[in-house]
Amino acid sequence: MDALFLNQLFNGASLASLYLLAALGLALSFGLMRVINMAHGEMLMLGGYLAWMTLLVVPGAMGIILAIPVAFIGAAAMGGFIQSTLIRHLSARPLDTLLATWGVSLILQQGARDLFGAIGVEVRAPEWLTGSFVAFGVTLPSARLFIIAIAALVLGALALLLLKTRIGLLVRAVNQDRMMASASGIDVKRVDFTIFCLGSGVAGLAGVMLALLGPVTPNVGQSYIIPAFLVVVMGGLGSIVGTTASAIILGLFAALAQIFVDVSVAQMLLLMFVILFIQVRPQGVVAVKTRQLDA
Amino acid sequence: MSALLEIGGLSSAYGQSQVLWDVDLTLARGQVMALIGRNGVGKTTLLHTIMGTRPVTGGTIRFDGQDIAALPAHKRSRAGIGFVPQGRHVFPQLTVMENLETGLSALTGRGKGSAKVPPHIFDLFPKLYDIRTRAAGFLSGGEQQQLAIGRALAGEPSLLLLDEPTEGIQPNVVQQIEAALVHVRDQLGMTVLVVEQYLDFVWRFANRYCAMQNGRIIRQGAIAGESAKDVAHLVQI
Repeated sequence: MDALFLNQLFNGASLASLYLLAALGLALSFGLMRVINMAHGEMLMLGGYLAWMTLLVVPGAMGIILAIPVAFIGAAAMGGFIQSTLIRHLSARPLDTLLATWGVSLILQQGARDLFGAIGVEVRAPEWLTGSFVAFGVTLPSARLFIIAIAALVLGALALLLLKTRIGLLVRAVNQDRMMASASGIDVKRVDFTIFCLGSGVAGLAGVMLALLGPVTPNVGQSYIIPAFLVVVMGGLGSIVGTTASAIILGLFAALAQIFVDVSVAQMLLLMFVILFIQVRPQGVVAVKTRQLDA
Repeated sequence: MSALLEIGGLSSAYGQSQVLWDVDLTLARGQVMALIGRNGVGKTTLLHTIMGTRPVTGGTIRFDGQDIAALPAHKRSRAGIGFVPQGRHVFPQLTVMENLETGLSALTGRGKGSAKVPPHIFDLFPKLYDIRTRAAGFLSGGEQQQLAIGRALAGEPSLLLLDEPTEGIQPNVVQQIEAALVHVRDQLGMTVLVVEQYLDFVWRFANRYCAMQNGRIIRQGAIAGESAKDVAHLVQI
């Protein structure tokens, strides 16, 4: 195997990690609330700007580590604000939430333009993230290794939360049968709120990772929201396992396609790939199978 | 005996079409009320309206002295209403144990803080213990029914709403469910409102009945005073 192929494989893995971090929140909120959150990309943007601001206050090696919780909490708070003031008051029709959150997305982008300027800001990554490793004749930038590690950690933490904790149990119950969950004493609106905050927080974290790779601009979220939606759609709506598998497939696809074609053609091929995939397997990568006993 | 549940002038509608009309119903503590009637007369809607999973469009629901008509379902559940809906509605991808654990949410705010499924549920349904690690979606209808009842009992309700507990279940399992419900009535002293088409079963189990037709209650009485044959025409088509 030649170095270019291995190199793109590695880039694909880091791209998949970004897709995953960006898509997890969307998958959670769609799975639970059937909300199509167009403002999700702006949670990435917010995370990026929060990372930049954190590094202004605490420059140096520790800054980027500190930026992770700051971006998580900041984006989670913003997500919680949007959910409790807007989304929870809309009816359960996905189209209503799509239009309303698109409006929110435009407001947040303009807000960032007014506050930070249209050009964008550059996050200076600490030294230990600017270097690279050489393995198998391939250069592996530390920043990308860091992104892959963070994505794996987030995925593991999320899986633990959902599978091993009481709140995770309640989330799964609401996800599977909202009526029955509320009739069993579960405050479904509180579960919705918690999950929306969590998903937004993870997107904020993804924003920190984006900031390590390039400038943070007011519309940086826009370039990730579409692939994130593709990941969610192909993953089988709302499934975490499916979202993960689909993020890996699409990340690798996009990176490997770039060996042969340029970036914009690769994007187009990605879209075509997802459309074809959904034609063949409309239920997504992971389909939920159970014995339905509806009377 | 004071009333546990008092419903007055209750109405409910699906959009333009009204399903419940001016329903009055009172359940005394410890009473087992059979709610009977043909398909589509509003029995299930009435249960959902009491539970809070369907909106009330008019009237009052008093439970344990408190007006609950405006409360969301989870608060009614925490106030002590347990629900075993038609079609069971077990959480399909949760294990049997996890399903039972969701029922503990009803204990929130009652100062009991029990984090464990009470063992008497497994005494009542020993089968559930054997299959506690299996996903509920793959259980048989009878097992799912036992699980749905167990989940409601985990929340220690004072009123249990049961919607067709014998529907689509093989006869030997019906006997087990009947035995468990008799235990709930006699040993736990629970008040029960049960929708049932299987009259022989419910006539053994309940002590009062009320019959619905076209969204209204048309007849009420003590089970002791009537034979199942006398009301059969209200259920059959």
